[in-house]
Amino acid sequence: MDFSNRYIVGFSLALCLVCSLAVSTTAVALKDRQAANALLDMQTQILRVSGMIEADAKPSAEEAAEMFKTIKVMGFSPESGELLGDMPFDSKAIIKSSKAAATSTDATSEAAERARVSRIPKELMILEVTDPENACFVFLIWGNGLWSTMYGYIALETDLKTVKGIAFYEHGETAGLGGEIVNPTWVAQWPGKKVFDDSGKVILDVTKFGKVDDDTYQVDGISGATITSVAVGATVQAWFDDEAFGKFLKKEVQ
Amino acid sequence: MKKETKEILFGPVHLANPITLQVLGICSALAVTTQLEPALVMSAALTFVLVGSNVTVSLLRNKIPGSIRVITQLAIIASLVILADQIMKAFLFDVSKQLSVFVGLIITNCIVMGRAEAFAMANPPMKAALDGLGNSLGYSVILIIVGFFRELLGSGKLLGHVVMPTVNNGGWYNPNGLMVLSPGAFFIIGLLIWAQRSYSAQLQEDEN
Repeated sequence: MDFSNRYIVGFSLALCLVCSLAVSTTAVALKDRQAANALLDMQTQILRVSGMIEADAKPSAEEAAEMFKTIKVMGFSPESGELLGDMPFDSKAIIKSSKAAATSTDATSEAAERARVSRIPKELMILEVTDPENACFVFLIWGNGLWSTMYGYIALETDLKTVKGIAFYEHGETAGLGGEIVNPTWVAQWPGKKVFDDSGKVILDVTKFGKVDDDTYQVDGISGATITSVAVGATVQAWFDDEAFGKFLKKEVQ
Repeated sequence: MKKETKEILFGPVHLANPITLQVLGICSALAVTTQLEPALVMSAALTFVLVGSNVTVSLLRNKIPGSIRVITQLAIIASLVILADQIMKAFLFDVSKQLSVFVGLIITNCIVMGRAEAFAMANPPMKAALDGLGNSLGYSVILIIVGFFRELLGSGKLLGHVVMPTVNNGGWYNPNGLMVLSPGAFFIIGLLIWAQRSYSAQLQEDEN
């Protein structure tokens, strides 16, 4: 069958129009639902790291919102080391602010280089869980693994020296290998690990699988996923460095 | 059921299976089969895309200019894949997180384009739908078998429920780490191909 050039151009335009309409209509129609899912997922992770729910519990949106009322969301300036008052819970906005020059500064620590965290936002988010049974502080962290940026939360006990839990809510690491960073069994190693040595240096780290010398501060890596494991260690160190959450941790400690 | 219908629908399950005989769609068959649940969801997503693209391409088959037919098919497939991805993000959030990029990669799944080009361009919509369904079935059967064995042998679970408690969790089963890795899927698919060709001798190639 022969078609004129005019027909071909017209056909392509019509096809593009129909396809884009279909895609954009669905995207707009489902946006609220997707956003609600993403929010619930992040809240669930925070409730998990803070120990308010079991590691495999799946609260409904209402339950999560109810429990979240006991959590105080505060802004923090890594430069001055001062708290900036209440802020809305919006992890995405914080991550986004690390991409613009006006709202972030260059990361300089050696750990940040290893975790390929290039910029630190000028305003970070700290969550304070005020529920007396599970009181703790939760920090938003991210860093690059083998394939992807891993986004998660790490919780410290109120002494700000001991890990309470860690959870990644988004990553693109290999399923079954690096993807095991979300495996409850692996995550269960974290609680109780020490963050600092006596001189105040961050020593919390993840080693290669089976290479733990001192389990007071070292977490055993995942077999077959050394790059991902070590990157998680570097990520945690980068965010607990003085140029990120470090000043908060030390100030509160003293 | 008419003989021809039966052939279109069930041929791809056994004698013309897209994975074990045409060796298409291997990438996702390795990637999403570490557990049974993502394998099931991936099968559903592929069925949606394949039937949808086959019907759409077939409806337009006399309107699509030959010079731009491949990009036309791709545009249709890509739109359907985005729809599937969006719907999963809205209604099956946990699984869509697990499948991550692989839903998007249905676009590059050779089965979808292969069926659009080889069948839907030359057949009416009803037949094309059946063909899409048949090929999805063939793909799904393999994915589910592979997912079943990989989850069972690799982590001692099925659909997340513990079947054989692993040593790590205080049980007796020492999980086979190979099954969690992509090569594990290759072994299972290889065994399937062997079993299938031993069962149906007409599938064996002539020796040189």
